[in-house]
Amino acid sequence: MLRDEDRIFTNIYGFHGADLAAAKSRGDWDNTADLIRKGRDWVIEEVKSSGLRGRGGAGFPTGLKWSFMPKENDGRPHYLVVNADESEPGTCKDRDIMRHEPHKLLEGCLLAGFAMGAHACYIYVRGEFVREREALQRAVDEAYADGLLGKDAAGSGWAYDIYVHHGAGAYICGEETALIESLEGKKGMPRLKPPFPANVGLYGCPTTVNNVESIAVAPTICRRGASWFSGLGREGNTGTKLFCISGHVNRPSNVEEEMGIPLKELLEKHAGGVRGGWDNLLAVIPGGSSVPLLPKEICDTVLMDFDSLKDAQSGLGTAGVIVMDKSTDIVKAIARISHFYKHESCGQCTPCREGTGWMWRVMERLAAGRAQPREIDMLLQVTKQIEGHTICALGDAAAWPVQGLIRHFRPEIEARLAQSQTAEAAE
Amino acid sequence: MSVRRLHSEQPESFAFSQENLDWAATQIAKYPEGRQASAILPLLWQAQKQGGGWLSEPAIRCVADMLDMPYMRALEVATFYSMFNLSPVGEYFVQLCGTTPCWLRGADDLKDVCRRQIGEPGDISEDGKLSWLEVECLGACVNAPMVQINDDFYEDLTADTFERLLEDLRHGRDVVTGPQNGRQASAPEGGPTVLKGDM
Repeated sequence: MLRDEDRIFTNIYGFHGADLAAAKSRGDWDNTADLIRKGRDWVIEEVKSSGLRGRGGAGFPTGLKWSFMPKENDGRPHYLVVNADESEPGTCKDRDIMRHEPHKLLEGCLLAGFAMGAHACYIYVRGEFVREREALQRAVDEAYADGLLGKDAAGSGWAYDIYVHHGAGAYICGEETALIESLEGKKGMPRLKPPFPANVGLYGCPTTVNNVESIAVAPTICRRGASWFSGLGREGNTGTKLFCISGHVNRPSNVEEEMGIPLKELLEKHAGGVRGGWDNLLAVIPGGSSVPLLPKEICDTVLMDFDSLKDAQSGLGTAGVIVMDKSTDIVKAIARISHFYKHESCGQCTPCREGTGWMWRVMERLAAGRAQPREIDMLLQVTKQIEGHTICALGDAAAWPVQGLIRHFRPEIEARLAQSQTAEAAE
Repeated sequence: MSVRRLHSEQPESFAFSQENLDWAATQIAKYPEGRQASAILPLLWQAQKQGGGWLSEPAIRCVADMLDMPYMRALEVATFYSMFNLSPVGEYFVQLCGTTPCWLRGADDLKDVCRRQIGEPGDISEDGKLSWLEVECLGACVNAPMVQINDDFYEDLTADTFERLLEDLRHGRDVVTGPQNGRQASAPEGGPTVLKGDM
């Protein structure tokens, strides 16, 4: 188990104050100017060699992403945009950072912004998080009053402004280019890439969009050193991670753990174990609703990191772990996820707009046993036609849960269809 | 996608209060010159608050004028984002999360409570106090099942505690926000497994 000394978010549960004085007593904003004086390249190199991979789901190396920003300023301002549009079902970690550890995020914004030559940062908070947005704004106001933001941020000589912005209930705005569109005052519809945001982003200017957790861990990485962070976890999957454990466990909770912790250990140590014991486990969705589920036999041994879960044909995603015990109607559980994607599709690309609704309707019929066995293959084929054929990854995210269900629970679906056909024949 | 249309009955006009106008100016100032359209979500949100929880067509036009945007662009935004209520809601507007993590932990039981106490989704209770909708994941999954009522989350609900909560709100009694079972935020019930020392 991760030692408490190695935890970055020491106030994740909010037992202590979230205000500036309390944050400083936990080590935040400690000589930030010294870190900045080491220079832009030093910050990027430190984050690169820590092995930090983006915490928002895709797992792209954070330092590398920062290095894509133009080195020279061509007259256009550079922007850092923080993605706090946390909406992936199963995920509720950024919420805790904003309400209980806001200063870690703000200090990270300054460091990251400096590293990419930005003087302004927008934090896009999901609309429903009203109280979290207020908490974050309080922290921003405190930081300005204390000189940590503004013309000479934290005494570093770097001018830096942070603005809190908010959405209004659209999952798709968690996609980086949709978020930029939304921030510009439009419908949140993803843009075609290229051009990539690092060249043409917010207001047509170089922009980097990062998840809250990726930014909030940066100050601790710079302070304790890349080698400390990369010494946790394993190669390519380093550091600590906030896990959100929901569903059929005895004590659902959020916890910061080392990357690569065995799933079983994570559930048993921090969530009181599966309801009714480990043998009562049916399946786990390990990384938020977008990733394929894992049946119990894989859960027995799988490790919770990017590469292990990829090898198991799933993904770490946001590390939102949704646990389902044997009482679960697994087909209905995935059908509800299909409904989510149908509801959240922005409607721009035909395969997603039409396909998500189509998949949901078939999933509902499968759940009710009102389908032909051949429709299982037809459904699988349609998921393949949606996957990879849309501008953004929402199409993929809608297809994968259904593929995972068919991959691991096909006999369950077939038995259900056979049962209802037998019942019909008997009538 | 869902089809969202403006309400059949619209008020004659809409104007922001002076207080909201002052507030709107601070929001518009967050964005570079000429990029005032960026403030549309915060302004529509404030217009909805001032309008009693829903967004009327005159309000959308008013915001469009303030931001120098074509009406069509503002209408697109208002109909795209699900938090804009395009028809009236109750004084306490319950958004009930029905997505899988909440569903696994009993969101259907909470829906039954809403049906009993309020009616069908979108109905406003006779006293005008309550209305409800099923919404998608609200991002409090480890505290499932949960609902949002106006600006606050109410978490770790059971049918009983939820029933009482709605009764209390209806009668204007004080309620506790957040977890309803005495839990501290997202820490496990009964206390955390980590960070037990004095950090």
